[in-house]
Amino acid sequence: MSANRTEGRIERRFAKLKREGRAGLITFTMMGDPEIETSFEILKGLPAAGADLIEIGSPFTDPMADGPVIQAAGQRALKAGITLKKTLDLVRRFRATDSETPLVLMGYYNPIYIYGVQRFLKDALGAGLDGVIVVDLPPEEDDELCLPAIEAGLRFIRLATPTTDDKRLPAVLAHTTGFVYYVSITGITGAAGAGAVSTRDAIARLRRHTNLPLAVGFGIKTPDDAAEVARVADAAVVGSALVSALASSLDGEGRTSAGTAKAVLDLVRRLSDGVKAARKKEVG
Amino acid sequence: MNTAINSYRAGPDERGHFGIYGGRFVAETLMPLILDLETAYAKARTDLAFQAELDYWLEFYVGRPSPLYFAERLTRHLGGAKIYFKRDELNHTGAHKINNCMGQILMAKRMGKTRIIAETGAGQHGVATATVCALMGLPCVVYMGAVDIERQKPNVFRMKLLGAEVVPVKSGSRTLKDAMNEALRDWVTNVDSTYYLIGTVAGPHPYPAMVRDFQSVIGRETREQIMKAERRLPDSLVACVGGGSNAIGLFHPFLDDPGIKMYGVEAAGHGIETGQHAASLTAGSPGVLHGNRTYLLQDDDGQVTEAHSISAGLDYPGIGPEHAWLKDSGRVTYVPISDTEALEAFKLCARLEGILPALEPAHALGHVIKLAPTLPKSHLMVMNMCGRGDKDIFTVADALGVGL
Repeated sequence: MSANRTEGRIERRFAKLKREGRAGLITFTMMGDPEIETSFEILKGLPAAGADLIEIGSPFTDPMADGPVIQAAGQRALKAGITLKKTLDLVRRFRATDSETPLVLMGYYNPIYIYGVQRFLKDALGAGLDGVIVVDLPPEEDDELCLPAIEAGLRFIRLATPTTDDKRLPAVLAHTTGFVYYVSITGITGAAGAGAVSTRDAIARLRRHTNLPLAVGFGIKTPDDAAEVARVADAAVVGSALVSALASSLDGEGRTSAGTAKAVLDLVRRLSDGVKAARKKEVG
Repeated sequence: MNTAINSYRAGPDERGHFGIYGGRFVAETLMPLILDLETAYAKARTDLAFQAELDYWLEFYVGRPSPLYFAERLTRHLGGAKIYFKRDELNHTGAHKINNCMGQILMAKRMGKTRIIAETGAGQHGVATATVCALMGLPCVVYMGAVDIERQKPNVFRMKLLGAEVVPVKSGSRTLKDAMNEALRDWVTNVDSTYYLIGTVAGPHPYPAMVRDFQSVIGRETREQIMKAERRLPDSLVACVGGGSNAIGLFHPFLDDPGIKMYGVEAAGHGIETGQHAASLTAGSPGVLHGNRTYLLQDDDGQVTEAHSISAGLDYPGIGPEHAWLKDSGRVTYVPISDTEALEAFKLCARLEGILPALEPAHALGHVIKLAPTLPKSHLMVMNMCGRGDKDIFTVADALGVGL
C-alpha cells in the first residue's frame, strides 16, 4: 500500500507541468522497431526532443485495438527479436541516462501473463518503469494485473472512451492511478481524430469524476492537433504519427536508414513546440 | 481440479469464467457493448417468444431436426462400436454454423442493430452469416484471411452472391485469428450500429455461453433421437474442435451423464512433433487472446504462433474456454488427428457411406476409425457430421495430387 502513496515520477512530472502552466506531450515508440538499438536511440533522445512522458510499446502478435501503422510496427519489432524481457532491459538502460522522465509500458495482457504477473512487477519496477497501459484489461478483470500492480507501486493507467458513460466511469476510474488516458474516438489507433468540441466536452465530463491528470490520444497527428488537445487536456498523446515517420524513413527492405531516429525526434520537437505554444496562443 | 464438481453444465459464473478460463479481456470501448449483449441475452434466454421464434426458423428454414443416422456400412467395415452420425451437414448452408447464426441474428434484431459483421475461417460461418443477413435484410461484412480466401473460393463466391461484402485480411498469418482481430477492430470503430456475430464458442463473455446455447440444439436432438432408436443414451460422443462450437453443442446436454465418454478431436496438421498443427489443447498452454483465457499455441514470450491444418475451419491457435475447462477437469478427452488421417477418413466415408464430409468432421471421423474397432459391438457412438465436404473438393484434389 505504501508504495502507491509515494509520489512517483508520473505525479512529479504532472506537478511540474502544472507549475509551468502547460500541457504535456506523451509520445509512443514501439520497442524493437525497426530493430532494438535504433528503438533505444530514439527512446534515449525523446526527453531532449520534448517528450514529457514516454509510452513504450511492447508488441503483441494480435493487437486487436491497433490500426495498420502500429500493427506493422509490432510485426517489425517481433521480427527484430524483441521480447518483454528485452524491453525491460531497454527501460533499465534508459534509466541510466534519465532518472526523471516517466516511462509507461503499453501493450496487451498475454505477454505479461506468460512472463508471470509477480515476476513482471518486480522486474518492471526494478528496471525503472513507472506504469502500464494494458489495452485488454477492463475493470472487470482488475484481479489479473491492476490490483497487484497498484499494490506493488506500479501505476495502472486506464483507457476511458466515448462509450464509457457516466454510469460506467466510476468503475473505470476506481483503480486508475497515475493518469487517465482518454481515447477520443471509438476506433483503432491511427484513425481520424475527434473534433475539438467533442474532446472539450469529454474532458469536462471526466473532470467531474476525477482529479487525476487527463491525457488525450488517438487521432493526434500534427503539431496543430496536439496544440488543440493541449488547450483542454493535461497531456496530448501521439503514437501512430510518430510510427509513420519512422516507417517512411526506412530503406526498401524495412531497415533503419541514417535518418530514422532523426525523423522521429524532429517530429517530436515540432509536436512539443505545438503543445508548448497552445496555451500561450489562447491567452494571447 | 480435485474438488468434486456437482455439475459440468453450470458454467460460466457471472463474470464469464469456466474455472480459470473465459472472462472479458477486451478494450474498454467494447465493454459497454458486451455488457449490453449480456443483459439482452439473459432476457432473451428466458423469453418464450424468443425461443418460439428461434424454433420456427430452425424448423422451417434451417431444416431441423437433422437426422441421427446409423452408419451401417462404416460400422461393419470397422467391426466394433455401432456408429451414428448426427447429420448437421444437412442443414441449410451445409454445416452446424447456421444454428448459431439464426439465434444471434434474432439477438441483433432485438437489440436494434442495423449492421452485421463476422469473421470466418473455412467460410462456413461467413456463408451462414451472409445467409441470415439476406433473410433479415441486414447488411453484412465478413472478414476472412487472405490465405483462407485462396483455399475456400467457392464459399467466398457464395457469400458475395448472398450480398455480403467479403474483406480480405492481410495482417499476421492471414487466417482465422487475424480475421477475428480485424472484426474486433471494425466493432471498436462502429460501436453504435454494429452487431458482431461471432462464429464459435470463443471471444469475450457472453459469446462462449451464448453460442454454446444456440448450438446445444445438436445435443438435445441427439438425446431424443438415440432414445428413440436405441432406448438408451450413447456410450461415447465424438466431434472435431477448432473453436469448438459443434463439439460443445453435441456434448453439453450430456455432460452430466457420467457414463458417456466424450472425445474432442483437434487438428494435428503435419503432426504434433512438427510444430505445424492446430492442437491447442494437446500442445498449447493457457493464455489470453480474443477476449478470453484459454489454451493457446504460443511461444515463451506470450506471442501467439501460427496454427496449421488442411482444414481452414480448424486452423485456429486457440479453443473455446469451456473446452479448456473440460480438458482440465478431465470430463472430455481431447485427441489429435493429422491432415493425412483426416484425408483417409474423408475418402473412406465417401465410398462407404456416400457422404463427402467436410474436412473438419473428417478429423472426428479419423478418431472414430481408430477408436471404433477397439470397442464392443454393443457400444453406441455418436459422431457429429457437422459439415459437408463440397467446399473442400479443391483442397482434397490438391492434397491427392489431382488436377481439376
